[in-house]
Amino acid sequence: MALTAADVARLGELARIRLTDEELARLAPQLDVILQSVARVTEVAGADVPPTSHALPLTNVFREDVVTPSLARDAVLAAAPAVEDGRFRVPRILAEDA
Amino acid sequence: MSILRATAAGLSDLLASGEVSAREVAQAHLDQIDAVDGSVRAFLHVDGERALAAADAVDARRAAGEELGPLAGIPLAMKDIFTMTGAPTTCGSRILEGWIPPYNSTITERLLDAGVVVLGKTNMDEFAMGSSTENSGYFTTHNPWDTTKIPGGSGGGSAAALAAFEAPLAIGTDTGGSIRQPASVTGTVGVKPTYGATSRYGVVAMASSLDTPGPCARTVLDAALLHSVIAGWDPRDSTSINAPVPDVIGAARSGDVAGMRIGVVREFGGEGYQPGVEQRFAEALAVLEGLGAEIVEVSCPNFEYALPAYYLIMPSEVSSNLARFDAMRYGLRVGDDGVNGVEEVMNLTRGAGFGAEAKRRIIIGTYALSSGYYDAYYGSAQKVRTLISRDFDAAFAQVDVLVSPTTPTTAFTIGERVDDPLAMYKADLCTIPSNLAGNCAASIPCGLSLDDGLPVGFQVMAPPLADDRLYRVGAALERELASRWGGGLLDQLATSPAGAYLKVGDGR
Repeated sequence: MALTAADVARLGELARIRLTDEELARLAPQLDVILQSVARVTEVAGADVPPTSHALPLTNVFREDVVTPSLARDAVLAAAPAVEDGRFRVPRILAEDA
Repeated sequence: MSILRATAAGLSDLLASGEVSAREVAQAHLDQIDAVDGSVRAFLHVDGERALAAADAVDARRAAGEELGPLAGIPLAMKDIFTMTGAPTTCGSRILEGWIPPYNSTITERLLDAGVVVLGKTNMDEFAMGSSTENSGYFTTHNPWDTTKIPGGSGGGSAAALAAFEAPLAIGTDTGGSIRQPASVTGTVGVKPTYGATSRYGVVAMASSLDTPGPCARTVLDAALLHSVIAGWDPRDSTSINAPVPDVIGAARSGDVAGMRIGVVREFGGEGYQPGVEQRFAEALAVLEGLGAEIVEVSCPNFEYALPAYYLIMPSEVSSNLARFDAMRYGLRVGDDGVNGVEEVMNLTRGAGFGAEAKRRIIIGTYALSSGYYDAYYGSAQKVRTLISRDFDAAFAQVDVLVSPTTPTTAFTIGERVDDPLAMYKADLCTIPSNLAGNCAASIPCGLSLDDGLPVGFQVMAPPLADDRLYRVGAALERELASRWGGGLLDQLATSPAGAYLKVGDGR
């Protein structure tokens, strides 16, 4: 299957991780080895085996629909990278050409 | 008995009788951290003032005649993945550098309510991804037995703090072996409870269907005392089990294995296993047999697929969980220059803030979950998860517990596996099946390998919610080995030339 540096760069963009050229050159062969190794799971994963997504057979765990205290706004904003007017300040969300 | 060499249970008695104060106990451990952590580097953050204030509060409550629990006034080293207000939580990552969480994890709350004195936060592989602490964004922790060796990971800081007598108790999280493998290579005790038995609320998530907080200690009874404080149903964690916590303390005090059926996993041995590890494991089996347990061999044929299944399921969950580090609400933000849009800021922040292993796993997860590959990778891995649970079910129909070496080798040398991710992953070969199936498991010290003089761990695995069996077997082994050695395994470190720098050999 051989992952190329370009493949890894594209996966990086999907995952919102900008990778340098050196990182791409190092990661591509490493990821290739790992993926080849993990592909062994297909050897035993027959059509008759049901998948397990979770160790506990729990479904639809609900709590009572009552209001509970939330964190204080100031306590949350204290950890924010940027704050303006009592809110999170974020970079612009629309591109120039949008 | 020296404060530093004492067990938590021993300190508890001394505190209750008034022979020592919680302040003296906390101060002795803070002094030990000052003296040896420059060599061991177990802690990312130590707050002596806070610890002493917590100790004073316990002393005041005791002086006022209040009835206190067994861990009131006992110091603890907390893996830096549990949120605690007033202290940074970094998860060993630069992307969270300096983050002070606005809330406590449920386990933090329970520890503080029990009067446990938190000394500080311990080093770990970034977001708990690794087997050596070499993936920490800050520094590598050293194994107290030999500071050129890894302390295990991801909870290497917590395990090293115990082995260096910097704390009698610690907590960790185990997603693929991050409590048990560090315990194994440092000669300490580590328990991964049944999945859902300990709350994940306020524990920074790595792989949510696998993450399990648990106790770390120097003795089986101490681990049980801590287990009973941190375990139990938590309505804030939707995967928490609403069932009574088994009597782990009673089991640790009993250590009776007469008539117990113990299954040796046939697949965990042979090629790739260090001879010194296999020798100590075999001796431990003989010890348990001598105590009246019946040893049988059990085959779990699908366990050999656990590692590849894990390295698909875990990165898939990682790629999803770590999406929260988006530079918007907390943590690092890079490139916010008024020109870059939000996606570019995310790209730059995550590129700068995550280390190599976090990036590897996020990208593998992104790949495994992408359309066209999903069925072959993630779908197949989920089927293997079913097969592993079936292997456990079949085995536990024949035996009470399963056993194996905790990890195939003793502590490897720092730097040895950093450029070979697959070799690093193999450290968790024997521990991963219990994470995939959600049953409980523990690592108990069983001696020093004759190859290199380093600790070997004995893994015990029990069915879901039968955590007490881990403690029963662990206590039996610990007690019998201690009577042969004239003390615990860490007493050998304390009194050996290799441990002289820890300055605890004279029993002070």
